[in-house]
Amino acid sequence: MKYPLTLKVNGETYRLEVKPHRSLLEVLRDELDLTGTNDGCRTGNCGACTVLLDGAPIPSCLMLALDAEGHEITTIEALSAGGELHPLQRAFVQRGAIQCGYCTPGMILSAYALLRENPHPTEAEVRRALVGNLCRCTGYVKIIEAVLAAAEEMASAEVGSR
Amino acid sequence: MRTFSIIGKRIPKPDAIPKATGQIIYGHDVKVPRMLYGKILRSPLPHARILHIDTSRAERLPGVKAVITAKDLPPRRFGYGRDRTPLKGDKVRRCGDEVAAVAAIDEDIAEEALELIRVEYDPLPAVFDPQAALQPGAPLIHEDRQSNLFRHQEYVHGEPDRALEEADVIVEDEFDLGYVQPAPLETSFCLAAFDASGKLTIWSTTQIPFLLQKDLSEALGIPGRDIRVIQTAIGGSFGRGLDMYSFEPICVWLARKAGRPVRLAFTRQEEFAVSEARQSMRIWARAGAMRDGRLWVRDAKVLLDNGAYVSWGTVTTLVLMETIGSLYRVPHARVVYDSVYTNNPITGAVRGFGNPQGTFVVEVQMDRLAEAIGMDPLEFRLRNANRPFEETPQGIKITTCGLTECLEEAARRIGWSEKRAAPARHGVIARGVGIAATMNVGGGARIYRSDGCGCIVKVDDFGRVTVLTGATEIGQGSDVVVVQIVAEELGIRPEEITIVNDDTAVTPWDVGVHASRTTFIAGNAALRAARQVKAQILETAEELLGASAAELELRDGYVRIRETPEQRIPFDKVVRARHFRQGGQVIIGHGWYDPHNEMLGPDGKGNISATYGFGAQAVEVEVDVETGKVRPLRVVSAHDVGRAINPMYVEGQIEGGTVMGLGYALSEHLQVHEGRVLNLTPFDYRMPTIMDAPPIETVIIETDDPEGPFGAKGVGEMGTNPTAAAVANAIYNAIGVRINSLPITPEKVLRALRERSS
Repeated sequence: MKYPLTLKVNGETYRLEVKPHRSLLEVLRDELDLTGTNDGCRTGNCGACTVLLDGAPIPSCLMLALDAEGHEITTIEALSAGGELHPLQRAFVQRGAIQCGYCTPGMILSAYALLRENPHPTEAEVRRALVGNLCRCTGYVKIIEAVLAAAEEMASAEVGSR
Repeated sequence: MRTFSIIGKRIPKPDAIPKATGQIIYGHDVKVPRMLYGKILRSPLPHARILHIDTSRAERLPGVKAVITAKDLPPRRFGYGRDRTPLKGDKVRRCGDEVAAVAAIDEDIAEEALELIRVEYDPLPAVFDPQAALQPGAPLIHEDRQSNLFRHQEYVHGEPDRALEEADVIVEDEFDLGYVQPAPLETSFCLAAFDASGKLTIWSTTQIPFLLQKDLSEALGIPGRDIRVIQTAIGGSFGRGLDMYSFEPICVWLARKAGRPVRLAFTRQEEFAVSEARQSMRIWARAGAMRDGRLWVRDAKVLLDNGAYVSWGTVTTLVLMETIGSLYRVPHARVVYDSVYTNNPITGAVRGFGNPQGTFVVEVQMDRLAEAIGMDPLEFRLRNANRPFEETPQGIKITTCGLTECLEEAARRIGWSEKRAAPARHGVIARGVGIAATMNVGGGARIYRSDGCGCIVKVDDFGRVTVLTGATEIGQGSDVVVVQIVAEELGIRPEEITIVNDDTAVTPWDVGVHASRTTFIAGNAALRAARQVKAQILETAEELLGASAAELELRDGYVRIRETPEQRIPFDKVVRARHFRQGGQVIIGHGWYDPHNEMLGPDGKGNISATYGFGAQAVEVEVDVETGKVRPLRVVSAHDVGRAINPMYVEGQIEGGTVMGLGYALSEHLQVHEGRVLNLTPFDYRMPTIMDAPPIETVIIETDDPEGPFGAKGVGEMGTNPTAAAVANAIYNAIGVRINSLPITPEKVLRALRERSS
């Protein structure tokens, strides 16, 4: 038995029919082909499936897709929608914060949410914001550097545009 | 001193942008038309005879397209020990053994079908302790073998018995090193599809695409020439993909039976329960030294738990032997090991491959010996450090060796002398520093008869260079290394190179990504191929510029005369001039590199690698004596990498390796009770989070290896090897207790403190 679902993802509205036990992760990946959201553990442990729900990072594997109706979902695909990398993406690329890349979309979205709330985070604040995103490759060093560098770049761009 | 335009630059990997934007395609993202979903029914028992399997209800479930059991498969065995079939027909030997498999139109139906399969088991007595498994009368895991002992080996150099009597001081310890999992973020994946002519394509997270062709062929009887392996982008591996696992031939057979493509991906729980773990080892070790500071002897007895089947994991003892026999100059050494079957999880390849265990033993005992002779542990290490261009009694021919510099730099930057002199103590918090070194193969490792890798470089009409490499990118950055080497040689920008690395039908052969070999081996193959292309381009440019090849150089996308650089022709124009004419030739270069290393002899001796990497880690820790909690404050990791082709990713290997080493030291532990893995999620397993990772300072020591591509040596595993020992030594420095069992949990710290005070 499938149920109708209206899902708003990256500014677009999708009308779908889904089984009630489908997670938001499964619907994003299987129905909408938004495969930038990665499937790592399906228990909310690893953060690879992080998306933004009304701007706040959540593990999409723990949310039923039907419960996402009425909310704005943002996935990694939205960040470079204009064809240009977001400063966070650029910093991750240029500073070697990406190895296998499986954690990267989730990391970047968690960091994106942080910088919206707190444009000048300390290192400790970056760590706290990314604690739900596991990375097995990098040892986190370059991820922290990339987030701090992106924050700085975004802040100076902000000043420049005034 | 050579100067480079591309080598040594911090250039992002070619796959970094697709990974940052979510565009990259991992195995889990691949879909093909008519694809089915496969699932495996696994044994809940560690040891049992299979009396009966009834799959009839599963077969009748609408949406199920194939159900297979052992009787459907050809009766062929596979694996390092040729001791298993993909599906088990007579008996199961571990929890998680594969008993039946289904393919269905979606995952829900596949899972429901598994629940409809009835298996009748007759439980057998099981054995979970390798020592007990060796006792007469222990349950036999493999009844066609006389005992549960898979292999006994002894390695000796010098005269260890005499040396143990001669030594002024002897230390003796028992080490208990637990299981850890590679646990990459992407779980194991396979998608198998047959075409109408019976040829198989599989999309895989393997690290060994070419050996996988062979392994699948042996397991299933499909000719290797009919198997094409496509590697998707791989979400981490760390050794996991070095073996073919049962799920791969199972997935292939489901596809064959269903006549449709089948995808089989592990759940995270399966990943923890049935992926091959780092070997649990029990090691009894003695080491001796002279009062004047000479390391004199090492003697170790190793009991390795293979689990129910033998995988490449059993070979890890060769690496451990090398660490015990050759890390530091030791005139007398002996390693005796038994690798034993039990009903525990299978153990396989994990980053470091026996070296973290061996290094833990060596480096804890180096500290203990230094203390016994009243010498500073750093000084004792420096005194006995391996030196450049020296052959060890094991037959290891060291060429470049920056071990002394690594030890000195790591110690200096952690503040060794000041901090050792006065370990800080504030209330319940004690601080300490520790150091440990590592030696790792850095120029390949001849585990198989070939240690080779192939490479093809071609150039199109517009000057775009395509590199076909056998090397496997598992996230570490092998692609960028190969690209930088080719770009440097051809004088072009890295962006002008397309790298293809993912298809056995296209790329030249390679033995696989393991043993920190890719930069060195695939790099040398790429360099050879690029040199051929360069020679062809220069030959044509000679005609066009009227100068001899010796007078020409490739630089900034031009071929130009070195002395009069304004006389130049664009690279792509030379390319066209060579083939776009009657009687022309196409530009194509190929390279094959197989180093001059040796397989180890039956005595465990031989020069297994063409060169060796060295490193030292110094760690400062904080121990809370009230809770037993250990917090690493800072790590300095200094490594002789020959030359850093790309320092950013050398740091990445070391930083990531170090945190994996910290996990091994302090938190990660696959808890196995009566053969069953209990912790099946990253939280329960205690995988390090960003809060657990301390600041890490990487120091790159360049020794310009004569055999390495532009002087480079391998670095992939070195970060992980010494960490646990450095942490254990720092804990001793902080609170004066030795913990020889990994991971060093708060419980163990508190117990050790209690035992000392009572």
